[in-house]
Amino acid sequence: MKPEQDRGRLFSRRALFLGGGQAALFLGLAGRMYYLQVLESKRYTVLANENRISLRLLPPPRGRIVDRHNVPMAINVQNFRIVIVREEAKDIDQMLTRLSQLVEVSEHDRKRVLREARRRRAFVEITVRENLSWEEVSRIEVNAPDLPGIRVDVGQTRHYPFGGNAAHVLGYVAAVSERERTGDPLLDQPGFRIGKNGIERQYDTNLRGSAGNAEVEVNALGRRIRELPGRKEAKPGEDVRLTLDAGLQDFVAKRIKDKRRGSVVVMDTKTGDVLAMASTPFFDPSSFTDGLTGKEWNALLTNPDAPLTNKVIAGQYAPGSTYKIIVALAALEMGISPTIRATCVGDMQLGNQKFHCWKKHGHGSVDLIDSIRESCDIYFYELSRKVGIDRIAAMAFKMGIGKTLNLDIPGEKPGLTPTRDWKQATIGVPWQLGETLVSGIGQGYVLATPLQIAVMAARLVNGGYAVTPRLTAPPPLDDFTEPSPPSFPKIDLSARARRIVMQGMEEVVNKQQGGTAFGSRIAIKGFEMAGKTGTSQVRRISLAERDRGLKKNAERPWRERDHALFVGYAPMGAPRYVTAVVVEHGGGGSKTAAPIARDVLLETQRRDPSGTGRKISAAPQSAKRKIR
Amino acid sequence: MMRPMPYHGADLSLQQKLWQINWSLILLVVSIGGIGIAMLYSAGGSQIDGGSMEPWASRQLVRLSVGLLVMVGIALVDTRIWLRYAYVIYGVTMLLLVGVEAFGAIGMGAQRWIRIGFFQVQPSELMKISLVLALARYFHRMNIEDIGRPTYLVVPLMMVAAPVAIVMRQPDLGTAVMLGIGGGALFFLAGVRLWKFAVVIVCGLASIPIAWNFLHEYQQKRILTFLNPESDPLGSGYHILQSQIAFGSGGVFGKGFTKGTQSQLNFLPERHTDFIYTMLAEEFGLMGGLMVLMLYGMLLVYGLAIAIRCRNHFGRLVAMGVTTTILLYVFINTAMVMGLIPVVGVPLPLISYGGTAMITVLAGCGFLMNCYIHRDSRIARHASEA
Repeated sequence: MKPEQDRGRLFSRRALFLGGGQAALFLGLAGRMYYLQVLESKRYTVLANENRISLRLLPPPRGRIVDRHNVPMAINVQNFRIVIVREEAKDIDQMLTRLSQLVEVSEHDRKRVLREARRRRAFVEITVRENLSWEEVSRIEVNAPDLPGIRVDVGQTRHYPFGGNAAHVLGYVAAVSERERTGDPLLDQPGFRIGKNGIERQYDTNLRGSAGNAEVEVNALGRRIRELPGRKEAKPGEDVRLTLDAGLQDFVAKRIKDKRRGSVVVMDTKTGDVLAMASTPFFDPSSFTDGLTGKEWNALLTNPDAPLTNKVIAGQYAPGSTYKIIVALAALEMGISPTIRATCVGDMQLGNQKFHCWKKHGHGSVDLIDSIRESCDIYFYELSRKVGIDRIAAMAFKMGIGKTLNLDIPGEKPGLTPTRDWKQATIGVPWQLGETLVSGIGQGYVLATPLQIAVMAARLVNGGYAVTPRLTAPPPLDDFTEPSPPSFPKIDLSARARRIVMQGMEEVVNKQQGGTAFGSRIAIKGFEMAGKTGTSQVRRISLAERDRGLKKNAERPWRERDHALFVGYAPMGAPRYVTAVVVEHGGGGSKTAAPIARDVLLETQRRDPSGTGRKISAAPQSAKRKIR
Repeated sequence: MMRPMPYHGADLSLQQKLWQINWSLILLVVSIGGIGIAMLYSAGGSQIDGGSMEPWASRQLVRLSVGLLVMVGIALVDTRIWLRYAYVIYGVTMLLLVGVEAFGAIGMGAQRWIRIGFFQVQPSELMKISLVLALARYFHRMNIEDIGRPTYLVVPLMMVAAPVAIVMRQPDLGTAVMLGIGGGALFFLAGVRLWKFAVVIVCGLASIPIAWNFLHEYQQKRILTFLNPESDPLGSGYHILQSQIAFGSGGVFGKGFTKGTQSQLNFLPERHTDFIYTMLAEEFGLMGGLMVLMLYGMLLVYGLAIAIRCRNHFGRLVAMGVTTTILLYVFINTAMVMGLIPVVGVPLPLISYGGTAMITVLAGCGFLMNCYIHRDSRIARHASEA
C-alpha cells in the first residue's frame, strides 16, 4: 500500500500547511483588532459619542418687563398645545376625527398635520393646536385613554397684560427671520421668539438670557432615547424695569383711544423718566407672537394710520404755536424787553408777502406775555424778525428740538430745526426772511416730535437742565432707597427768561381773558396746569380761500383739518410733570389737545409716580366736577 | 482521546459509534452557539441596557438545538454511505440552486432563498458542504499519478465552476468566493501541483477587468467604497465606517453586555446577522473578540487533528474541507466587518442569525465528527472493492 501511504503523507503535509495558513490569517485578524481597538480606540470613541450624543438646547425663559412699581407689563404665560405622535396614534386621521369631537380642529390644521405626518419620522411630535383653554385641556386629559398618541404639551408664550395700550413702548416678539440669524443655535430653535420692536428689541439680549443644554442620547434615526447626566440649566433672561407707570399708561391710552391718529407722552421734568407714552391706533402685540399671515402683516404695513409707528418718537409735526416758547426764550436771552408791545390787526405785510394771525381781526396791542397767552402770531412774526433764524435755531437745539434724544427704544426721528446752512445744503436756495417769520410760529420747515416738544417744556420748567428722556430705570438699590436722580448739564438760560415764558404759559391755561386753554384748567389749588396750545396747518391756505372766509375745521374734510397740539406741565408752582399731546387733524390745540393734557396731568398728579409727596388726595370724580 | 484502533473493514455498531462521539467538539460548538444566542439577546434590545429573546435569540436557540441533532445524526451514519451518496447530494443541491434561479424569492436584493415545505432554504449555503463531499469523493478515487494528469482535473473543475457560476448570477459574491476557495483547498489537499495553482491565480488576476464588468453595480460600488470608505460616509461607506467605529470605541474591555451604543442605537446595520461580530467586539472589546477567534482557532485545531488522524482519504478530505469552509466563513465575515475586505454578505458561523447557515455549519461539524468516529474505517478507492 505504498501509494496509499504517500497520499496520506502528502495530505498531512498539505493539511498542516493549510492549517498554518489559517492560523496566520487569525494572527492578521487579531492584529487588525489590536489596531482598531487599542491604537485607534480613542478616535473611534469620539466618533461613537458624536454619533449617539446630541446636544439639546434648553431655551431660557424670557425676562419680564415691569413698570416702575414692578407691575408686570410683559410676561410669559403657559401655552397649552396639542401634539400628536404618529407611531403611537397609529391611524392619525381617525385620531384627529376623535379629537375634533372634543376640541375644535380646523380643516386647515387637519390638513397640515396630515401633511407633516407623512413627511416627518414616526416618533416626531406634530403640533395640532396651540393656546388651548383650561377647559379644552381638561376635556382632553379626561379622554386621554381614548386618544393614544395625543398629548397636551406646555410651552411658553409672551403675554402683554395691557394688550395694545403699551404696545408702542414694549414692542413685540416674533419668530426669528432669516436675516436675524447670527449663527447662535438658540435662534435656530423652532418656536424661538426675539424682540422686534420697542423695549423687546432694545433690550432683547438682556431679556433673552442664555441657553442651557442637555446631552441626549439618540439612535441612528435621531429618536431620543434618554437624557444623559450633566444637564446645564438655562439662565433666564433679566427683567427690564421701565420708568412707565402702568396705571397711568393705561389711563392715557384709554384717553386717546378714540382719536384716529394721535399721541401722548408724560415725562418727569427732573429725571427724564417717561411715565406714559401712547400712540394711536394701537396694534395687538400678541398677534405677532403667534405669527401673522402675510395678509394681516400687509394690512398693518399699508394702513395709512400707521399703527406700527410710535408717533411720540417717530411722528414729526410742525410744532405750531408751541414753538413760540423757543422764540420767546431766544428773544429774552438776546435782551429784548418783554414789555415791548405790538399791535395786531390780523395780518402784516413783509415785502410783497402778507402774513396772517390766526385771529382774523387781530389781538390789538399786546406784549410778550399777552401774546403767549393769546398766541398772537403777529407779535411773534415781529419778534422772530428781530431775533433772526440763527438765534431761534440755536435755542431750538438747546431745548432738544431737531436732534434725536437717544431714547432707549428704536425708531426715534430727529425732527427738524431749519438753519441757513441746512436750507442751502438741502434745497440749494438761500434763507428768506419770510421763512424766519413762518418759523417763528412753528410752521414752515420746522418739525418736532411730541417727545421733543415735551422735552422742550421740561427743560424750561425744571430749572434749565438739559434733561433727556429715558424709558428704563436702574433697579432700586433696595426697597427703601430710590436711586439718585440722573444729573443733567445746565442750559445757558437765565432764570428771568424762563420765569417770563412760564408766566405766559400759566396764563394760557389759567387766565380767563384770552387764555387759549382756559377751558382746560385744573381748578385744584396747588395742582394747576400750565401750558401752550398749538395748531399746525397741514396745508397752505391760499389767498382766495382766505378772502372767501376760512372754513372752520369741522367743516373741512378730516384730512385737511389742522393738527392739534398742547404741551403742558404741572403742578404750576413746582413743575414736575410735563406732557405733550398731538392729535393729527384734531382741529385746534385748545379745543382738542388741551383737554386731553388736562386729564392726563390730573391723573398723573393723582398717582404721583415720581413720589413728590404732593398728591391729589380727592377722588378724581370730585376733581373733575370742579373743572367743569 | 484518540485510542489506537485496528482498521475497520466492517460496520461499527451504533453503540461503538456513540462511544466514539467527540463530546469536547460538541461542547466547543455549543459554546460558540451560546455566545451567538447571547449576542442575539443583546441585539433584540432597542436601547442601552435592554436585551430581548425576541425576535432573534429564541428562534436561534431552536435552530441550534435542531442543528445539533442534525450534526449528531450525520456523525453516526457510516462514512461509506456518505461516500456513495456524495454525488447525489451534490446533484440535488445543484437542482435546488437552479430552482432558486427559476422560482427563488427575492431577498436582500438577491435571489437566494427557496421554499421547501415549511422551510426557507438557501441552497448556496448547502452547496458549500455538498461541494466538499463531491470533490472528496472524486479525489478519493485518485492516486497521486492520476492527479498529476490535467485531464483528470477537468471534472472536479466543472464541479466547482457550475455552482460558482450560478451563485455569481444570483448574485452572491461572498458565497461564490467561498465555493471557489473551498474547492481550491480540496484541490490543494488532494495533491494538485502548486504551479497549477499559480497558473490559475495568474489567469484569475488577468481576468479581473473582464469579471468587473460582469459584477452588478451594487457589487462594484461595495468594492469601490471598501477601497475608500470615508468618501461616502452616509451612503455605501456607512456600514463599514460605523462598524469600525463600533470596534474602536469598544476598546480593550468593551462597553459591557447590552451596552454597545453603536449596536443598541442602530448605528450599526444588520447587527444580528453579518455585523454580529462587530457588536460582540463593541460590547466585550478586544478580549471578547479574541476569545471568540480563539474558539474558532480551537475548531481549526480539532479539524486538522481529526483530518490527519483519519485513515481513509475521503474522510480526511471531507474533514479538512469542512474545517476550511467553516473557517472561511469566519475569515471573510470578520475581515469584512473590520474593513479589511469589501462587504460581501457572509455570516459568522454559529453566531449570526440565520437558519440555513446554522444548519450548514452544524452539518459540516457533523461530517467532521463522522470522520472522527470512522477514522479507522477502511474505504476502498473504488466502490466495487468495498
